[in-house]
Amino acid sequence: MHASARPAVSVNLTPPVTNASGREPAAALSMRMNINKVNFYYGTKQTLFDISLGIANSKVTALIGPSGCGKSTLLRTLNRMHETVRHARLEGEILLDNKNILAQDVTALRRRVGMVFQRPNPFPKSIFENVAYGLRINGTKLAMADAVEKSLRHAALWDEVKDHLHKSAYELSGGQQQRLCIARALAVEPEVLLLDEPCSALDPISTAKIEELLVSLKDLCTIAIVTHNMQQAARVSDFTAFLLMGQLIEFSPTPHLFTTPSDPRTEAYITGRFG
Amino acid sequence: MSRRLRWRKFISGFMLTMTGLCAFVAVSVLFLILGYLVYNGGTSISWNFFTKLPAPVGETGGGMANAIVGSGKLLLLATLFGVPIGFFGAIYLAEFSGSKTAFVVRYAADLLNGVPSIVIGIFAYSLVVLPFKHFSTMAGGFALGMMMIPITLRSTEEFLLAVPRALREGAMALGASKWKTIATVIVPAAYRGILTAVLLAFARVAGETAPLLFTAFGNRYWSHGWSEPTSSLPVMIFTYAISPYEDWHRQAWAAGLVLLGLILVVNIIARAILARGIAVPRT
Repeated sequence: MHASARPAVSVNLTPPVTNASGREPAAALSMRMNINKVNFYYGTKQTLFDISLGIANSKVTALIGPSGCGKSTLLRTLNRMHETVRHARLEGEILLDNKNILAQDVTALRRRVGMVFQRPNPFPKSIFENVAYGLRINGTKLAMADAVEKSLRHAALWDEVKDHLHKSAYELSGGQQQRLCIARALAVEPEVLLLDEPCSALDPISTAKIEELLVSLKDLCTIAIVTHNMQQAARVSDFTAFLLMGQLIEFSPTPHLFTTPSDPRTEAYITGRFG
Repeated sequence: MSRRLRWRKFISGFMLTMTGLCAFVAVSVLFLILGYLVYNGGTSISWNFFTKLPAPVGETGGGMANAIVGSGKLLLLATLFGVPIGFFGAIYLAEFSGSKTAFVVRYAADLLNGVPSIVIGIFAYSLVVLPFKHFSTMAGGFALGMMMIPITLRSTEEFLLAVPRALREGAMALGASKWKTIATVIVPAAYRGILTAVLLAFARVAGETAPLLFTAFGNRYWSHGWSEPTSSLPVMIFTYAISPYEDWHRQAWAAGLVLLGLILVVNIIARAILARGIAVPRT
């Protein structure tokens, strides 16, 4: 494939979903989140350039790209975690259900857009209390035990931990801890779940379990995942965005991006010529 | 073996012996003091020591019941005064202040930590004793509490800053506000360290004598309430140790042992509380 053979995809203004393959009728997709012309700066250093893309409802959207391309930064803007870093500045607009998240109360937003991090980060509490945490701080008076069980089942962890819910979360293995963190995020019933390289600290078997889990979670919420593992993106996602040096190079349905990439840089990356 | 290699082996062995010896000396100083104290104090201590008031000069026997209670009251007051200020100050320092403010506060705390305890005593004297026109438990507790502030503040701050960033982010990503994150995740994750720091501050001021000399002063009898001069173990040790009476010397040893026991008991209770929580594993 040659770049000259087809019209070059605009670097800055890739449409939310390119419909080149025809496999996913674009009109049938509703977007849960929309990122509109986002520029991002750490101090004076710009790390994201004019990014626009949509996160499709009840689908898995993957962000891939080499280290330092800005994929994690982009993900963290979606629930405004970037604000916890000093000197971070965002320009542009991010919509959740067509409302600008930057104008909303940040704690309320983060209840709707949950996040799972690169390394498992359970709190120094029991397994039960970890899952219950989000509910407790939000003052939920529901039957806590039921809610915790439901979340642990969704995270495919219930059978492994049901007999020792009151043990320390640190007694679990790394993979179990990460699924616990997923359960903890699911407990507050978020509409969108963001995962920042959730398997990078895990062994292959734990990774496979989490990938399986992600696909099954699609019915529950919309998922956006950052991964440095292209095979993982290919396995779990419906749409893939390829970022390079802070720019969105290509955004397509996953099978399309991995089989017939429109941009030569995408092709170079997925065939392993760099990154 | 070449000469060079032999020389290296010699240096290695020599340094190993030196460092080991220094470590041994460091530890043995503590055990020497402890042993001497336990031996001398143990042979002088009796039930009367805990229950009786000091005997008048010239009479043998008597105890230091008033000094034990006095020290307890002084330390309680000091902890109630010094620990909350140090603790909440540390939270501000670690979580909210800008780097410039933090630098100033940290520096001031370190300076306060370095102020000679006798100066702290004079300060408390002019601030609390002079206006009320008498020595009191309150003045003594104030002086000791002031000494606890910088120790608590600096070490609490260290332990708060050592809480992994990932835990903060985890809580905030669930919609916890900053205060909720601090109260429900950061402080619980750091509380073992914080409690250790408080214990250290407690043990440090428990043996302080100089700031009590002209704040709590001393008392041969029971001190009622908080506004009378009170006896305390360190001051009693000081007074009794420099006296010319053999019997008083033995009582001073006993007081030293009791003071050590008091610190030990508080330590054990705190450790028992610590053992129940879940610690963040080191990564």
